[in-house]
Amino acid sequence: MAATEKVHLDRTHSLHLLKQMIRIRRFEEKCGELYQQEKIRGFLHLYVGEEAVAVGIMQALQPDDAVVATYREHGHALMHGVSANTIMAEMYGKQEGCSRGRGGSMHLFDAATRFYGGNAIVGGGLPIALGLALADKMQGKSRVTVCFFGEGAVAEGEFHETLNLAALWQVPLLFVCENNLYAMGTALKLSESQTDIHLKAASYNLPSEAVDGMNVVDVEGAARHATAAIHSGGGPYFLECRTYRFRAHSMYDPQLYREKAEVEAWTEKCPIKRFDDWALAAGLIHDTDIVNLEAEVAVEVEAAISFAEAGTLEPVEQLLQHVGAELRI
Amino acid sequence: MTEISYRDAMGAAIREAMIADPRVFLMGEDVGHYGGCYAVSKGLLEEFGPERIRDTPLSESAFTGAGIGAALGGMRPIVELMTCNFSLLALDQIMNNAATLRHMSGGQFNVPLVIRMATGGGRQLAAQHSHSLEGWYAHIPGIRVLAPATVEDARGMLGKALDDPDPVLIFENALLYNQTAEIVEPVSVDIDHAAVRREANHVSLITYGGSLGKTMEAAGKLEKDGIEAEVIDLRVLRPLDEATILKSVAKTRRAVVIDEGWRSGGIAGEIIARIVEGAFWELDAPPARVCSAEVPIPYARHLELAALPSIERIVSAARAVMGR
Repeated sequence: MAATEKVHLDRTHSLHLLKQMIRIRRFEEKCGELYQQEKIRGFLHLYVGEEAVAVGIMQALQPDDAVVATYREHGHALMHGVSANTIMAEMYGKQEGCSRGRGGSMHLFDAATRFYGGNAIVGGGLPIALGLALADKMQGKSRVTVCFFGEGAVAEGEFHETLNLAALWQVPLLFVCENNLYAMGTALKLSESQTDIHLKAASYNLPSEAVDGMNVVDVEGAARHATAAIHSGGGPYFLECRTYRFRAHSMYDPQLYREKAEVEAWTEKCPIKRFDDWALAAGLIHDTDIVNLEAEVAVEVEAAISFAEAGTLEPVEQLLQHVGAELRI
Repeated sequence: MTEISYRDAMGAAIREAMIADPRVFLMGEDVGHYGGCYAVSKGLLEEFGPERIRDTPLSESAFTGAGIGAALGGMRPIVELMTCNFSLLALDQIMNNAATLRHMSGGQFNVPLVIRMATGGGRQLAAQHSHSLEGWYAHIPGIRVLAPATVEDARGMLGKALDDPDPVLIFENALLYNQTAEIVEPVSVDIDHAAVRREANHVSLITYGGSLGKTMEAAGKLEKDGIEAEVIDLRVLRPLDEATILKSVAKTRRAVVIDEGWRSGGIAGEIIARIVEGAFWELDAPPARVCSAEVPIPYARHLELAALPSIERIVSAARAVMGR
């Protein structure tokens, strides 16, 4: 059981958490449809099922905290304040996109909110997050960098190198392992001798805990505790959020590696349904609230699609831009 | 005028940058307490402390990536990778992040990072410490690749590299560290252009880094045979200063490229392609190249020497393009 800060769950906050999870869910579902319609191309990795992790963690962040995420990062970008419009336009390959159409689904970036991608090399974002946190420490800035990665990254050398350095240098870095049990199609038990991932982190001498990643309140509580510890000068912190992806790894995945029964069992733990049921039973929210939230989110998602559809293609004459400060060959 | 070694010139450049800009720091294996594996950073730990002369564990990928992150976060890191063979452990970070972040982010994020590493053979260190991979790195859009061949460039290039808003890789041929020269402070060099180290009319010898000395000596030998060789020091392998190369070849009408990298798929081939594309009708003979033999660099002295470009091979290639 993770150390947590008590989350103050009044009606306002309950509605907020629910809405944020629904925003991600509906946005992702629409992305899947748009992929089928060939509006979105390339690789597309959906976050459906894992919403409680991004939503819970982001509650503990301040506006100038930095986020480094993976190729399954639409939800993280949304939660960190990148607009649905520019994310959708990016997936459409339009120059109004948050990476001007140069990145696509896997490479969302936003300087204004300090969202540093969107990294599609598993484990590749961890050293960058270390450096961002190191820069803050060296410059005396009281900010936190949060690094999201999947449990597949744990097998990479960069994971171990980075955890060691983060603990050695005591940088303000929150590691968030989104353990969804499968590295693409390879089960954790088939790839790790020690499947209890937070224990690996603990061996590098940093505080490390496992969290129920299907429970947004647990995640938020753990994240608040972790960021408070980091702000009090305690160095890095590690959270393993145990979660599950309901959809395929990407749009090309026939899911031969897992049983339907397993997917169904986890679907029962749906973080939205779970929180929804609890908040209704607690009398914090009402059925009409959900209807209203859904309507608000539908408007946002439709607006994002309209924005992306209306977006423009960058002139091909600009192809060589953004390689370096100067155009050079 | 002060006489200074290439090693001390590089050290002085780091020190000067650290004094001038508090955002600059050096990190890498043995840069601090050991003094640098080639003694470049000797004494800097005492002067600047362990925060800014930062020893790292043997985690090339993590500390190179940390350099990228720190650069994104407002610092001006200098990352030292002991040798270019070890840089392969950080290749993911260099290639997939440093070189691509500006582009993938649509121009929002730039990475003002300098990465230094030793390169080259000739010290009987065999096949995991002796290679010349700067030509490989020059393949990658998004980074600048420098090869200081003179003490003056060792002294001056680093400061310019730190001013670059994008990643710069500096390849220091390890045989050059003991080379000394008199330089006039402050040195004024750029990191855009090749330099004509010897002006002449008969043939252009185009080289860089550790092969410059051999090439200059070869030019001296050729002169005795009545062949006047111009020597171009590329200095910058990416972006290539094509104008200086083509201007020289347009004048001499003959070219030999000397490159310590392997021939297949190497930078020498790229330079010759540019010559053929841009000066084909000016040529009086097919261009030639002198590269390392296509073998991992061997340990035994005689075999290593046979593998690397030599003065004799340069002279012989130059004679051949002269038809002599």
